[in-house]
Amino acid sequence: MTTVPSTVTAVRPAAGSAAGRVRKRLTNRTASAVAIVIAVLWTTPTFGLFLSSLRPEDQIKSTGWWTFFSDPQLTLENYQEVLFGTSSSSGQMASFLVNSLVITIPSVLFPLAFAAFAAYALAWVSFRGRNWVYIGIFALQVVPLQMSLVPLLSFFSEGVSVFGTQILPAWELEGPARFAQVWFAHTCFALPLGVFLLHNFMSELPGELMEAARVDGATHGMIFRRLVLPLVAPALATFGIFQFLWVWNDLLVGLIFAGGTADSAPMTVRLAQMAGTRGNEWQRLTAGAFVSVVIPLIVFLSMQRYFVRGLLAGGVKG
Amino acid sequence: MNLDFDFAAEQPKLVQLLLGVVAFCAVVALLLLLLGGAPAQPRSRPLAATLLLRLLGPAPTRARVRLLLPLSRLLGRVPVRQRAWPQAAVLLAPALVLLGIGLVVPAVRTTVLSFMNGDGTAWVGLDNYAWMFTQPEAVTVLRNTLIWVLLVPVLVTAVGLLYAVVVDRTRFESIAKSLVFLPMAISFVGAGIIWKFVYAYRPEGSDQIGLLNQLVVAFGGTPQQWLLEPPLNTLFLIVVMVWIQAGFATVVLSAAIKGIPAEIIEAARLDGASPLQMFFRVTLPSIRSAVVVVLVTQSIGTLKLFDIVRTMTGGQFDTSVIANEMYNQAFRYGETGKGAALAVFLFVLVTPIIVYQIRQRREAAR
Amino acid sequence: MSLLSRPARTALIAGSLSLALAATGCGSSDPEPAAGGDSGASAECAPFARFGKHEGKKVSIYSPIRDKEADLFQETWAPFEKCTGMKITYEGTGEFEAQIQVRTDGGNPPDLAFFPQPGLLERFAKAGKLKPAPAEVKKLTDQNWSADWAKYGTVDGTFYAAPLGASVKSFVWYSPKMFAEKGWAVPATWDELMTLSNTIAGTGIKPWCAGIESGDATGWPATDWIEDILLRELSPEEYDDWVTHKLPFNDPKVVAAVDKVGAILKNDKFVNGGYGPVKSIASTAFQEGGVPITEGKCALHRQASFYANFWPEGTTVAKDGDVFAFYLPGNDPAKKPVLGAGEFVAAFADRPEVQAVQAYLATGDYANARMKLGTYVSANKGVDVANAQNEIDRLSIQMLQDPNTVFRFDGSDLMPAAVGAGTFWKGMTDWINGKDTKTVLDYIEASWPKS
Repeated sequence: MTTVPSTVTAVRPAAGSAAGRVRKRLTNRTASAVAIVIAVLWTTPTFGLFLSSLRPEDQIKSTGWWTFFSDPQLTLENYQEVLFGTSSSSGQMASFLVNSLVITIPSVLFPLAFAAFAAYALAWVSFRGRNWVYIGIFALQVVPLQMSLVPLLSFFSEGVSVFGTQILPAWELEGPARFAQVWFAHTCFALPLGVFLLHNFMSELPGELMEAARVDGATHGMIFRRLVLPLVAPALATFGIFQFLWVWNDLLVGLIFAGGTADSAPMTVRLAQMAGTRGNEWQRLTAGAFVSVVIPLIVFLSMQRYFVRGLLAGGVKG
Repeated sequence: MNLDFDFAAEQPKLVQLLLGVVAFCAVVALLLLLLGGAPAQPRSRPLAATLLLRLLGPAPTRARVRLLLPLSRLLGRVPVRQRAWPQAAVLLAPALVLLGIGLVVPAVRTTVLSFMNGDGTAWVGLDNYAWMFTQPEAVTVLRNTLIWVLLVPVLVTAVGLLYAVVVDRTRFESIAKSLVFLPMAISFVGAGIIWKFVYAYRPEGSDQIGLLNQLVVAFGGTPQQWLLEPPLNTLFLIVVMVWIQAGFATVVLSAAIKGIPAEIIEAARLDGASPLQMFFRVTLPSIRSAVVVVLVTQSIGTLKLFDIVRTMTGGQFDTSVIANEMYNQAFRYGETGKGAALAVFLFVLVTPIIVYQIRQRREAAR
Repeated sequence: MSLLSRPARTALIAGSLSLALAATGCGSSDPEPAAGGDSGASAECAPFARFGKHEGKKVSIYSPIRDKEADLFQETWAPFEKCTGMKITYEGTGEFEAQIQVRTDGGNPPDLAFFPQPGLLERFAKAGKLKPAPAEVKKLTDQNWSADWAKYGTVDGTFYAAPLGASVKSFVWYSPKMFAEKGWAVPATWDELMTLSNTIAGTGIKPWCAGIESGDATGWPATDWIEDILLRELSPEEYDDWVTHKLPFNDPKVVAAVDKVGAILKNDKFVNGGYGPVKSIASTAFQEGGVPITEGKCALHRQASFYANFWPEGTTVAKDGDVFAFYLPGNDPAKKPVLGAGEFVAAFADRPEVQAVQAYLATGDYANARMKLGTYVSANKGVDVANAQNEIDRLSIQMLQDPNTVFRFDGSDLMPAAVGAGTFWKGMTDWINGKDTKTVLDYIEASWPKS
């Protein structure tokens, strides 16, 4: 590895030299070979899809994508159809892209905040039954999403009534207000995993620090905002990214709660529609998959420094 | 080509987004306000607290926290009993309300439905459960689910860990991680298409369009129909899941590895630990909790998995898993009772993980 | 019929040319002057006058039909919307069977749904979710469709849903060019078909090709095969008994029919042209099942009329073109039972505007307008064959309209979904993948819902 010396000097001296040694030990030839093998294995299928998305329909179906190298034939037709193909039923992709963004942003923010609050309470506020609340939330992770669709939908469209008495009215949302339903649904489904992940990181923060702050008269609000949040930022970023990906790529929740029209449906719904009634237009899905990958990738790359910054928790604990 | 894009039509949506974000800020502000109103503690040393927090700054770093720890210890601690209930209630309320509506009620409803017939009109006792364990396919479905839940978490963690270690602090780390992360950004539908291409079959002698068969042919073998032969086909589907999820493991575990205190590594190095010893004696124990997080989330995710099976084989050729069968019964076949019974069985399957979590909590409390 | 279809056509052209005129004339908020008002708009809207005015009303339609075909639907009823003043929101989905259930259970059903399976329709009707069709729709259906078709939209004596589109399944696709070159003739009986298959096999080409892979619906093309042969081996009445489970699934007659299909589909000499051994049928996408015909690697492919959409670009579908289809023959050339499928328009609401849309979709005007826009088949007797877009559509419509045709609906669409969209598909896939006939049929028989 020629990169060895440069990276050693690049890291901070205190933590760096030690960590650098680990890397030096591990980054021998075998290690880099392993890294390259995994990277190639993981990238090749995606690369194949990418090449396929640029090939004409009949070629996709008759020859392998590697024939491109001997017989390069490229077309942007698939992308053209996906991006600009007009359809009276659904409008253009841009409209669905906006929908996806409108759905995704609050669907990431709400669970992030609520899960962080709950995780903090479960980790650092001592009250009776704390363990059981935590175990309960944890266990909810296993409730299959599909089983929640019908009850949640009837909660929106019929409200709540017990023995014939209406307790909560139906939401009766029209137009863009329907997005609120989707946010609500995504937030519900994301909470168990979010609380579990964030609790895991929060509970590893050093107890002395919390206690000291508390002793000194800080309120839970202050501790949470000024001490805990900055310390678990990487964990928040991690969960935020996964929630973003999950919502962005979700089809089922969008289909049920946002409907299938350009007014509110996300991109995934549109892509599924583009497969054609008998699933015969799937060459467009290859291009569609790439179009929908772009934004998550940008988000990931721009958030990556938070991961790289590392989790302070473990370090402080030792 | 028609490129016009009607901004006016999109405006209400953006307004709605704005409303959503404003609502978010309002809710968060309200919660913080409620918390701020009730101090965690009688303000015995407000000055010290302010000092501590000011020193910590708006964005505490590890170095600063480390520096402040002894200081805060110096400031002393006064054990005082406090009423934590109201604060816990405020913090937990949004999550608990949403969970109650979105998951607890459905879980209860599902359990009730599992004792009813297909359209929920009559009680049938344990019939649905009896059906589940007596139908000849049940064994296959259970076997497959078992294979999935045993293999996926282990493989995902192993690949993720291996990769996180070998690319750690190399110059191309960021790109390397992005490459493995890429599959996570692709939807299940997209992944299904990719891997259908990889496994595609064409007869011997003609052009292969599937990468795997092309490789087999290149090495002189005969092309196989990978997804048709049980039980191997389940393994080929598992590969898809591992391919998608390895990015998750890599990102989480890599972050944990970076959090290992330098002193520990230094000490191990001075003791002359070999890379392997270093990995098993130092790295692995230090990131144990992150590994557990990955294992647990993957196990639960795998139990609930159905997209891959559904898009790639539709559960045919003995590849079905519980969640796929549940979806079919409850929604496609209109056999809600049977679907519900399968869902309840999923709850049961996760019990070992929950028991493990309870144990962990008990140990941590001690 | 042509008299009736003229104004509809004018309406279409005029509608697209003069949006403004239409908006002022038909879209007026006050229905009275528009109905008797200025000449241009009223002529355009005259055919729709009988559906009334539903200014500002909304009707939602949920359907399994997506993409281009969905666009054509909307194009078809645009003049209707304009003249009645209502707005139709159309939503096509690939998850229709599951999602319609979720939406209905969740108390959020669409106003109208296009059901492709009468069996599913029956389930919703029996659960009390559907509204019976209004008298007007019933009248139109009796007038425009055969009793067979009307029967599929009727549950326990109540008429719920009028048919919409249709497809004919009893076709064998072939290459007329290839047949002419080699001197093969289109067979008129099953025996001739088998002789032809042997002849073709003798030339070194595998005569048949097939593909039954279709994601979570894998297996359905094989069930179509079985149904087609059952319809020829049994009487149509016995076929009905089989569909309603009066004739058990593992009855020796059914076993014999399945084995008859097996003589082709499970015969390595006959299949799978262009793709490999028998098992490759299970992994070949049904969309690609017949493509080897265009490459000369296969000669025959049994698939429905809509397979016309799946040929590679540039393939001409015509009697003297690259590909065409003949009727899948039975033992007796005099009897030509037809297997087909179609959609049915069922209503979850009974508001006047919803019923107006129902009535409109049951008219011949609608079907003709739709056909002029693109390939489409309907069993509606009001359809003018001259509007057919290609020869296969024309042939299909002629078959469906012929009063002597014995028509039967795709059996798997009529059965309970647990069988028709479940074990039947799965069973036939296993059968292709090597399991023997008896085992598979016993398995399907055992899975039939008890109640």
